[in-house]
Amino acid sequence: MSDMLKPSRRAFLRASAAAAAGLTAAGAARANGPDPLITEVQDWATVFGDGVDATPYGLPIQYESDVVRRNVEWLTADTTSSINFTPIHALDGTITPQGCAFERHHSGAIELRKEDYRLMINGLVDTPLVFTYADLERFPRENHVYFCECAANTGMEWAGAQLNGAQFTHGMIHNMEYTGVSLRTLLNEAGLGAAGDLADKWVYVEGADASSNGRSIPMDKALDDVLVAFKANGEALRKEHGYPVRLVVPGWEGNMWVKWLRRIEVMPNAVESREETSKYTDTLADGTSRKWTWVMDAKSVVTSPSPQAPITHGAGPLVITGLAWSGHGAITRVDVSKDGGKTWETARLAKPGEKMALTRFYLDTEWNGEDMLLQSRAMDETGYVQPTKAQLREVRGENSIYHNNCIQTWHVKPNGEAENVEVS
Amino acid sequence: MSKSLNLFGGTALGTVAVLTMAVNFADRNIAGFPENPPVMTAIAPPVVSSGLVAAANASTGAGEGKFGLGRPALAEEIAAWDLDVSPDGTGLPVGSGSVEDGEMIFSENCAVCHGEFAEGVDNWPELAGGEGTLADADPVKTVGSYWPYLSTAWDYVHRSMPYGNAQTLTNDEVYAIVAYILYSNFIVDDDFVLSNENFLEVEMPNANGFIIDDRAETEYTIWRTEPCMENCKETVEITMRATVLDVTPEEEGAEAATEAPAVVETAAVAEPVGEAAEAVTAAAGPDPELVAAGEKVFGKCKACHQVGDGAQNRSGPALNGIVGADIGSVDGFKYSKTLAEMEGNWTPENLAAFLADPRGYAKGTKMSFAGLKSDDDIAAVSAYLSTFE
Repeated sequence: MSDMLKPSRRAFLRASAAAAAGLTAAGAARANGPDPLITEVQDWATVFGDGVDATPYGLPIQYESDVVRRNVEWLTADTTSSINFTPIHALDGTITPQGCAFERHHSGAIELRKEDYRLMINGLVDTPLVFTYADLERFPRENHVYFCECAANTGMEWAGAQLNGAQFTHGMIHNMEYTGVSLRTLLNEAGLGAAGDLADKWVYVEGADASSNGRSIPMDKALDDVLVAFKANGEALRKEHGYPVRLVVPGWEGNMWVKWLRRIEVMPNAVESREETSKYTDTLADGTSRKWTWVMDAKSVVTSPSPQAPITHGAGPLVITGLAWSGHGAITRVDVSKDGGKTWETARLAKPGEKMALTRFYLDTEWNGEDMLLQSRAMDETGYVQPTKAQLREVRGENSIYHNNCIQTWHVKPNGEAENVEVS
Repeated sequence: MSKSLNLFGGTALGTVAVLTMAVNFADRNIAGFPENPPVMTAIAPPVVSSGLVAAANASTGAGEGKFGLGRPALAEEIAAWDLDVSPDGTGLPVGSGSVEDGEMIFSENCAVCHGEFAEGVDNWPELAGGEGTLADADPVKTVGSYWPYLSTAWDYVHRSMPYGNAQTLTNDEVYAIVAYILYSNFIVDDDFVLSNENFLEVEMPNANGFIIDDRAETEYTIWRTEPCMENCKETVEITMRATVLDVTPEEEGAEAATEAPAVVETAAVAEPVGEAAEAVTAAAGPDPELVAAGEKVFGKCKACHQVGDGAQNRSGPALNGIVGADIGSVDGFKYSKTLAEMEGNWTPENLAAFLADPRGYAKGTKMSFAGLKSDDDIAAVSAYLSTFE
């Protein structure tokens, strides 16, 4: 049991031993004479490196091999119906590389060729249509950066601090630049005259994989900003994210972002599918459950320092950084507390918040080796302030799974190690 | 099947006591939550674009803004894909199935994961029980205790089950399975027959247990406020630590990264002798390409079978050393009578025959898989399995 932190602890100890040996790298040079990395000619300064085409599609250098998605095996019975986590503790900026963006499958990630891809629009439309992939490429395209967060992100933390790492507590999220066609454009192509008054109508969207995951989206949202996307971060979607076509539902829970999108049906009612009744509903303390809780409320987390990203450089200048986002619009402000929420200071946003996209924040500060209870608190353009876990529990009780957007606390210790804790 | 996340590691690991203890501990030590800062006038929630619907309603011009792309969907195509069933029964095909038939079909197709009595095996979802637990600390959410609409169960079984072999059941089989699930939840009697005609008469116990998202009233009005910046609480105590639970996965990647030798070997200069020798040895085994193809095919088997280091029996037996082994002999696996009593070994030929038509080869096998259609796939998966001793 006590070995739980073993790998990261080992990594941490190695790093701090290195730091302790000479305080810092620069300090080492000063204390022990010239730095051989500078004074001696290194191999890489003498002979060739790889030629072009060594890796026609490049992967990160071997030294970054720890920056990978990770699974929590006990969460699910099988990896084909499971989730893994984005290594947010090791990333910076806001765009998530596709190769380490979290995956959630309900029947595994299928391989569907563009040539075999068909998209049907049917139901209350003037002309039910079938599109090929090539057809989709002929509609006007849009580019937007959006976060996709699983409704269960941080769900394991309802009953108490449980998983020791930002990757595991907050890693069911990614943020990409999508290229695609507005759903509005496609619905218009099929014609919505047959639907009559659109105010009470729904759009049911469904995937092509064996899970047949389907969700109902109110027409208002369908006509607003929903995107039928085929590129992410400039390249084709990855298999695990729904290649060749997925739905993008900005600000709303990830389960609605149907992958391998094959059908869009205009309907007079919500289907009340499995994923919108038995799952992705929020049971309150009295046993009644909220349904149709689509929007992901404002949330933030400090990604470094954090349990997987301890402070290894000792006292002095410290960059505290993290991510903030809101399904209601743009992030306007992030506050950081070092004392568990007694006092707060406003962090610097790397750039102004964008609607339904991740925002990077920094607090450039000094650390003198004291204990810190690090927290971050996001505010969005509607004036919503990210709540504490206690505030959430007060309204919802402790039986919830989804939509836990509470303020997270990391206990940073004098040795720089950090732990996921709950505070009063 | 577990599309559900088991969100509390303690349950799976049998450390419920630890979690409970920790939470109790937390409750005792919470020093009183700080008073909310004064609630200012709530900022009005953003109006979500209802103008879009109005605008779309207004634009009725035929062909307006159209691109003339795509082609009309044919009736047969729509019928093939438009299978969803709504709570009012729209979409239900004609058909029927009894609890009695359902019990048998469930046992053959569903029980490996969901248990003979729909009670759930391992981490796979339980489908029955849990009545009256929704307000408890650990609610048990099943078709009987939680699902508000029967249409959801029918639709889901029809389109998404059996897990790993979806869309292979007939409509009558789906009616029968759903009837059996209802029976397992004591919602119907053992002589019940479910059909499209009496479908809407079934009363789901938790039909009225849901409310539409009310966060705008119950939460946003409270949390849209100017936050406290100083002296926000008097004391702060740590009330719970994640390390107490010890459920965080280890980071193997981190080891690899930090322990990798710092020197990069540039290209393959000289000394290929050892490697070449290895390559020759490897060539004696199955064709690596075939093995790689087989690994991919094995994706269809993984829901029920494990193979490789640490492989264990699950819904199906572990498959290390299966090629050539006695039929029905994997330690600790509870086989169907047919396979348990079958003579012979899993020679490549026998294995191929079984994989092509499991139930034809071994009538009564618990393996609900329909079979591999392509001989290439069979050869590949057989080659892949032969690499595990």
